[in-house]
Amino acid sequence: MRRVVITGIGVMTPLGSDKNIFWNSLVNGKSGISKVESFDVSQYPSRIAGEIKEFDPTKCMEKREAKRVDRFTQLGVCAAIQAWHDAGLDHVQLNKEDVGVLVGSGIGGIQTTEEQLQILAEKGPRRVSPFLIPALIANMASGYISIMLGLRGPNSTVVTACASSTHAVGDAWHIIGRGDAEIMVAGGAEAAISHLAFSGFSSARALSTRNDEPERASRPFDLERDGFVMGEGSGIVILETLDHALKRDAHIYGEVIGYGMSGDAYHMTAPDPEGRGAFLCMQRALKSAGLSVEEIDYINAHGTSTEFNDKIETMAIKKLFKDHAYKLAVSSTKSMTGHLLGAAGAVELIATLLTMENGVIHPTINYENPDPECDLDYVPNKAREGDVKLALSNSFGFGGTNATLAVKKYQQ
Amino acid sequence: MSVENKVKGIIADQLEVGIDKLTLDTTFEDIDADSLDIVELVMALEEEFDLEISDQEIENIKTVGDIVRYIESKV
Repeated sequence: MRRVVITGIGVMTPLGSDKNIFWNSLVNGKSGISKVESFDVSQYPSRIAGEIKEFDPTKCMEKREAKRVDRFTQLGVCAAIQAWHDAGLDHVQLNKEDVGVLVGSGIGGIQTTEEQLQILAEKGPRRVSPFLIPALIANMASGYISIMLGLRGPNSTVVTACASSTHAVGDAWHIIGRGDAEIMVAGGAEAAISHLAFSGFSSARALSTRNDEPERASRPFDLERDGFVMGEGSGIVILETLDHALKRDAHIYGEVIGYGMSGDAYHMTAPDPEGRGAFLCMQRALKSAGLSVEEIDYINAHGTSTEFNDKIETMAIKKLFKDHAYKLAVSSTKSMTGHLLGAAGAVELIATLLTMENGVIHPTINYENPDPECDLDYVPNKAREGDVKLALSNSFGFGGTNATLAVKKYQQ
Repeated sequence: MSVENKVKGIIADQLEVGIDKLTLDTTFEDIDADSLDIVELVMALEEEFDLEISDQEIENIKTVGDIVRYIESKV
């Protein structure tokens, strides 16, 4: 398999829409959670989220183009353009037939769906927009990015709920590894802060209702956690063969060296109570990277702040890593961003790459009350220095779908 | 407001083109309108002028002037 490195990153998150602002917020333990402003949440038990306030899609696409696509595609396009610039690819002669796109989304264009359903109910089928279907389909972020950047390589998407973008990066790594592309634009985009998604997650009792203290609501691994906080955004990375990156003297953030996938085969929304799915995908990521458990310095946890996830992810880490589980650092980016669903994995991979690059591990904020069942080193509340050479990034989704990426600090 | 000005206003709004760029001879190609844009535009026109434009009639519409003349013949 060819070696694949990451040479560009782009983020649109509640903590900032620029890699430096994003990273500084993470290191300073800043919360991106606040009261929902984009729609009326007065009827909902949960009224907080990680919104991207004042997002202006016309900064990265024409107004007319922005109008045609859903917000998740706008977010995906903006992060992809950031990543493309960051990788310095706009100044490089490329065979764009060898450059592909694989951007996942857990839900796709749910805001467009909602809007058009309302029109259908009020005005009838003749008034439903011809852009409904192209705007709502989950592969449109991948499609639109390829249109904007002229990329004719493999073009696809992954829809695996909250594991979507971790799968997308892993699958893109395979596509390059097996020789089907030289470069892949990969990651995820999500924009589900709206009535339909909020009501569905609320009914499923998945969301935190700590409405009076939005910044303290996402508290992974803390005993008082009461559900996840929804976020929106996108994360995109540029994956590239090492040879190609070296030839053009690109900046290398890190190397993808392993990828594991598994299924829980247990329940639609609840994780396997023994953590078997999480265990298997971490084990497979290590196996594909040729690593032993003792070599891992850091795990960017799925860490959602739900009772089940945090307990069971901890259990799976302890089963797999045994004594070493207590020696490695584990932190949850979601404690600050909220849960970006299908975009979460890619944003967290980017956090992991920046951790390796800066030698600083970002904290899990709001960790105040230890839960006897969550007893690992979660880097509570304060960032700390740490030389991370090998790391895992976990994502688990509804449907019992699990993905883990293994990344390595770049060495020749 | 005349039908012509109303039509130009709707096109300018939907397709994000300057209203001053639109003349009666402007074609959909001139303003890069694809088939989906045209369907959406027709919906807005139907709504504004309270009429129904059939798919067959849409095919005969090529310019801003065609739209204006069509609407003037119906209202």
